[in-house]
Amino acid sequence: MNAPATAKTPEKKPDTTLPGPEITPATQPYWDALREGRLTYQHCHHCKNNWLPARGECPKCLEADWSWQPASGKARLISWVVFHRAFHPAFADRLPYNVAVVELAEGPRMITNVIIDDPETLVIDQPLTFVPAQEQGYGIARFKPA
Amino acid sequence: MTINHSGKAVIAGIGSTKFGGLPGRTTVSMNVEAIRKALKDAGIEKDAVDALFVKCPTSKFELMYGQKVAEAIALQPKIGGVWDSGGSSNVMMIATAVMAIEAGQCDIAVVTFADNPKTGSAASYNRPRGDDALYGWFATLSSYAMIARRHMGQLGTPREALGAVAVAARKHGAENPNAQLRKALTLDEYMGLPMMVAPFCRDDCTLVSDGAAAVVVMSARRASELGVKQPVPILGFGFGQTSWEVAQRPDMTSTQAKIAAETAFRMAGLKPKDMDVAQIYDCFTITALMTLEDYGFAKKGQIADFVKGGNIEIGGELPMNTSGGLLSETGMPGMQLVQEGVRQMRGDATLQVKNAKHCIISNQGGVMHTHATLILGQ
Repeated sequence: MNAPATAKTPEKKPDTTLPGPEITPATQPYWDALREGRLTYQHCHHCKNNWLPARGECPKCLEADWSWQPASGKARLISWVVFHRAFHPAFADRLPYNVAVVELAEGPRMITNVIIDDPETLVIDQPLTFVPAQEQGYGIARFKPA
Repeated sequence: MTINHSGKAVIAGIGSTKFGGLPGRTTVSMNVEAIRKALKDAGIEKDAVDALFVKCPTSKFELMYGQKVAEAIALQPKIGGVWDSGGSSNVMMIATAVMAIEAGQCDIAVVTFADNPKTGSAASYNRPRGDDALYGWFATLSSYAMIARRHMGQLGTPREALGAVAVAARKHGAENPNAQLRKALTLDEYMGLPMMVAPFCRDDCTLVSDGAAAVVVMSARRASELGVKQPVPILGFGFGQTSWEVAQRPDMTSTQAKIAAETAFRMAGLKPKDMDVAQIYDCFTITALMTLEDYGFAKKGQIADFVKGGNIEIGGELPMNTSGGLLSETGMPGMQLVQEGVRQMRGDATLQVKNAKHCIISNQGGVMHTHATLILGQ
């Protein structure tokens, strides 16, 4: 800031509103369930494939014959990173924070956060458990060590 | 029936702008400068060009961008347009030009790229990924860091291996008068840097750069007829696309770079041990390590042994990114690697690898979503 300290202009706070998910008819049930604290995934009746994120058709067999299923909440840690720099003002006061990729016991993989004091103590492939959470009015899925 | 195009086409000329910050220049203007220099280097007139392949600027997508560049050089190409497979586009378009020439659809092609994220907007690199902003999932570099952590945990790769890639690039870039970042880095300095998105520190990450680079592609026969002074034969190329987003990818630690390289080696009739020098896309240090593995230079999980002790530096077994790569020369997505490959095969690189006869080049796009391999000879 080069402005003189005497300037009376009020400091403009950066907008901390995060971009929300793009909710479509295909993804609405997923977000509705998470708001109620339930983690769900899509299951193909035709080829038995399970997947996330929500799509209109099974990416394996391309059929649209599927339904939402409740996840067991069991998962394993595929990988994780720890942000020491905020790329959005909403995370400026949360540093450092982690973002992880987990694989649900049923197969689908997803982006999440692991609830843990020191993320550098995490271990690849360690078992995790689903924890329902809220962020900016949306239900989201976090995980903690099992 | 398969037709082998190995050695039938050449890169006849190369040209580029300065790298770094180029304030006030449009990407079209930078493309024109690079094309002008590439045509001069090839020693041919603009009107001989009848194909124009363009990679759209990463920082700002524009509809019909290829036609804007064609208009700016008053060209009416037979074939032209924009190819978008991210950072693999340049090698993809060079190979497409070769196939179009061999199919009789055009005679002389220009392939060009320009962008200005340094003085313009770098927002495309820092944007949230997919629908996951609520989790704090931001920036391209984070996805590469996610892959790096898996590689370290699953295969035991130490951070020193990532560091070896940065150290080699910075050593070579320091010797390159045209490099954007001319500051050597020791492994100790690398290991002491603070984390940015762990396991990455700042020096694991590409530069952000303005600049343009172009190449001229034609058949070897045409180059001979036109008296092109230093044509560099294209011996092999190949492609592979992993496609899955990082979170969805069933195997995070290998990519379709393997398929791309196998295709290119088969076309060239060569093996990894025949390569004297490599220009490997090093947008992030992990990218170069995994590419070397997938290309067959080291077994999966043994890359740390391959890159240590200066083995990928000038004088080592496989000198890599001899003009500095994305980590030191310019963050441009890939064309600078092709240009350095051409200089190595001509024998006039600043850090010339003695008696180098074959150079392998990788381009890759997205977060290892797409891959293209190019093998040059003499």
